[in-house]
Amino acid sequence: MSMFLAIFARDMRLSVRAGGGALMGALFYLIVVVMMPFALGPDLALLARIGPAILWLGALLASLLALDRLFATDHDDGSLDLLMMSKLPLELAIAAKAIAHWLTTALPLVIITPVLGLMLNIELGAMGWVALTLLAGTPALTFIGLIGAALSVALRRGGLLLAVLVLPLTIPVLIFGVAAANAAITGATSFGPAFTILCALSLASLVLGPFAAATALRHGLE
Amino acid sequence: MAVIDLANPTRFLTLVNRVLPWLVAATILAFAFGLVRVVHAPDDYQQGATVKIMFLHVPAAWLGMMGWGLMTLAALGTLVWRHPLADVAGKAAAPIGAAFTFICLVTGSLWGRPTWGTYWVWDARLTSVLVLFLLYLGVLALYWTAEDPGRGSRAAAILTLVGAINIPIIKFSVEWWNTLHQPASILRMGGSAIDPSILIPLLVMTGAFTLLFFTLHLAAMRNEILRRRVRTMRLAEAARA
Amino acid sequence: MRISGENLACSRGGREVFAGLNFNLSGGEALLVTGSNGAGKSSLLRMIAGLICISAGQLKLTGGDDDASLAEQAHYLGHQDALKPSLTVAENLQFWTVFYGAARNAVSPALEAAGLAPLADLPAAYLSAGQRRRLSIARLAAVKRVLWLLDEPTSALDEASQKRLAELMRGHLAGGGMIIAAAHGPIGLERARALELGVRGSPPP
Repeated sequence: MSMFLAIFARDMRLSVRAGGGALMGALFYLIVVVMMPFALGPDLALLARIGPAILWLGALLASLLALDRLFATDHDDGSLDLLMMSKLPLELAIAAKAIAHWLTTALPLVIITPVLGLMLNIELGAMGWVALTLLAGTPALTFIGLIGAALSVALRRGGLLLAVLVLPLTIPVLIFGVAAANAAITGATSFGPAFTILCALSLASLVLGPFAAATALRHGLE
Repeated sequence: MAVIDLANPTRFLTLVNRVLPWLVAATILAFAFGLVRVVHAPDDYQQGATVKIMFLHVPAAWLGMMGWGLMTLAALGTLVWRHPLADVAGKAAAPIGAAFTFICLVTGSLWGRPTWGTYWVWDARLTSVLVLFLLYLGVLALYWTAEDPGRGSRAAAILTLVGAINIPIIKFSVEWWNTLHQPASILRMGGSAIDPSILIPLLVMTGAFTLLFFTLHLAAMRNEILRRRVRTMRLAEAARA
Repeated sequence: MRISGENLACSRGGREVFAGLNFNLSGGEALLVTGSNGAGKSSLLRMIAGLICISAGQLKLTGGDDDASLAEQAHYLGHQDALKPSLTVAENLQFWTVFYGAARNAVSPALEAAGLAPLADLPAAYLSAGQRRRLSIARLAAVKRVLWLLDEPTSALDEASQKRLAELMRGHLAGGGMIIAAAHGPIGLERARALELGVRGSPPP
C-alpha cells in the first residue's frame, strides 16, 4: 500500500511543481470552449442548447492531450524500467499514476465547468448537472486514454497517434455523458439510465485500462 | 557571469527600496481621494448605483491593455536591446496585467447581469478582453513551465511580441464577427456622454489603479531578482559539492 | 545463492544480438561483461532485469526468495538515471526507497555513502552528470537487493566517486551479493570473472 501511495504522492508532487502541467488541461479546456462561439456565432439561444455538447467535447480533447505526458516522461528518463522491477504490480503502479493524473488534470476541468457554462448561457441549475456528468465521465476518459498513452510510448510515436487510437474508444462515454447532461437540462429523457451507464463505463475502465496499459508497456519495451 | 549581472540589478534594488515606500504612500492617497469622489458621484438614471462598478471596470480594462504594452516594451528590451532587467520587468508585469484583465471580465459580467439579464454576452468588447486574457494565460503558462528562467523569458518575449502584433488583428476580426450576428440588445456602458462629475472620479481612480500597478510591479521585480540570486547561489553550491 | 544462464539468445529489432550464451555466478562473486559496441552488453543486462524477452535459453536464480521474480531481487543501473528534476535529491531517493519497500531511514546513510549529503535539499535539476550518477548509485546503497546489474557504472564519475563506488561494490560482495557489470574497462573490482561478448563460441563458465 505504501508503494502505491509513494507513486501517487510523487506524481501529484510532480504535476504541481513548475513544469508539471497541472492546470494546463483546464487552460486548454477553457480555450477550446471559448473558440466554439467564434465558429458558431454568439447566438445565446443556440449556445445554450448545444452547451453541454461543447463542454463535453472540450473536456474530451483536453483530457486526451494531457495524457501524452503520462508515460512519456517516465519512459524518457528511465523510471519506467525501474517501476517494472518492484514488488508492486505494474497494473497498480499505472493505476496510481492515472488517479494522480485525473486529480490534477480532469478535476480542475470539472471545477471550472460552471464558469464556462456561464459563458455559454447554460442556466445555473443545469450547470451543476453538467459538472456532475463530467465528474462521473472523466475517469473513463483518463483510464481509457491510458491504453493509447501506453501504446504510443511503446511504439515511440507522439500525441496524434494517441488521439487517433483513443478517440473512437471514448465514443460511448461521450454519448452517454452528453445524453445525461441534456436529460438533466431539458428533462425530455430521464437522467437515471444514461448517468448509470456513464458510471458503469467509468468503473469498467478503472479495471480494464491499467491491465491493457500494463500489457502494452511490457510488450512494447523490448 | 557573476559581477556584470549583479551590478545593474543591485543598483536597481537599492533604487526600488528607496522609491517603493513613497509609491505606496502615493497609491494610498490616490485611492483615498478617488474613493471619496466615487462616493459623491451621481447615480445613473437607468442603472442606479450599479454604474459605479465602472470605476473599477474601466481602470481594470485600461491596465490590462497597458500591462501588455509594458510587456511588449520589456520583450523588445530582452530580444533587441538585451537590457539585463528587461526580462524581469516582463515576467513581473504578466501576472498583474492578467489579474486586472480578469477583474475587468468579472466586473463586466457582474455589471452586465442587471443590464442584459445574463452574466455574459459575446459582444465585441468583452470578447476581445477575453481573448487578451487567454493570451495572458498563455504567457503565464510559458513562464510557469520553463525550468530555466533565461529560456522561459526569451520564449515569453517572443510570444508577447507575436501577441502584440496579433491583438489589433484579433480585435478587428472579433468586431467584424460581431457585426455578422445582430446582437439582441444594444449595449451602453457608462452612458452616452461622460459628464465631468463622472469623468473626474474615473480619471482619479484610473490614476490610483495605475499607481497600484506600478507599486506591485516594482515589488514583483524586486522579488524576481532576489529569487534569481537564490537560484544562482544554489547552483554554485551544487557545483562546489 | 546462484544465478545461471543457459544457452541464452537475444534478438533486437529482428537482428540476433547474441546466442548460445552461458554463464553462472555464485553469491559473493562479480561478473564483468565486456565486448565491442553492439555486442549486446546492455541487452544482456536488460534481459536479466526482465525488461527484454528471452528469445531462447533459460535464466535461473536459486537460493533467493522463491516468491519473488528475478527482477524483484535485482537492482538495474542503466544509462539513464531515473531522476525527476523538479524533486529534490532527497525526495528522489526517498521515492525509490519507499517504492522498493525499504525503510525510509535508509535514505540519509545512502546519501552519505554517495557523498551527496550536503546537496540533499537541492532540486535535482541543478546536479551535474556525475552527481546524478552518484544519486542513482545511492539507490543501490539504500535498498538491499541481492543482484546488481550495472551498465557502465563509472561513466561520468570522477576518481573520488569511482573509489566510493568500488567500496560499495566490495561491501555488497562481502555480504554475499552478486554483481554483473557491463563496462569497456576495469571498474574497480579486482577479482571479477570475465565474460566477453561478440566472440564466436561460448566462453568458459
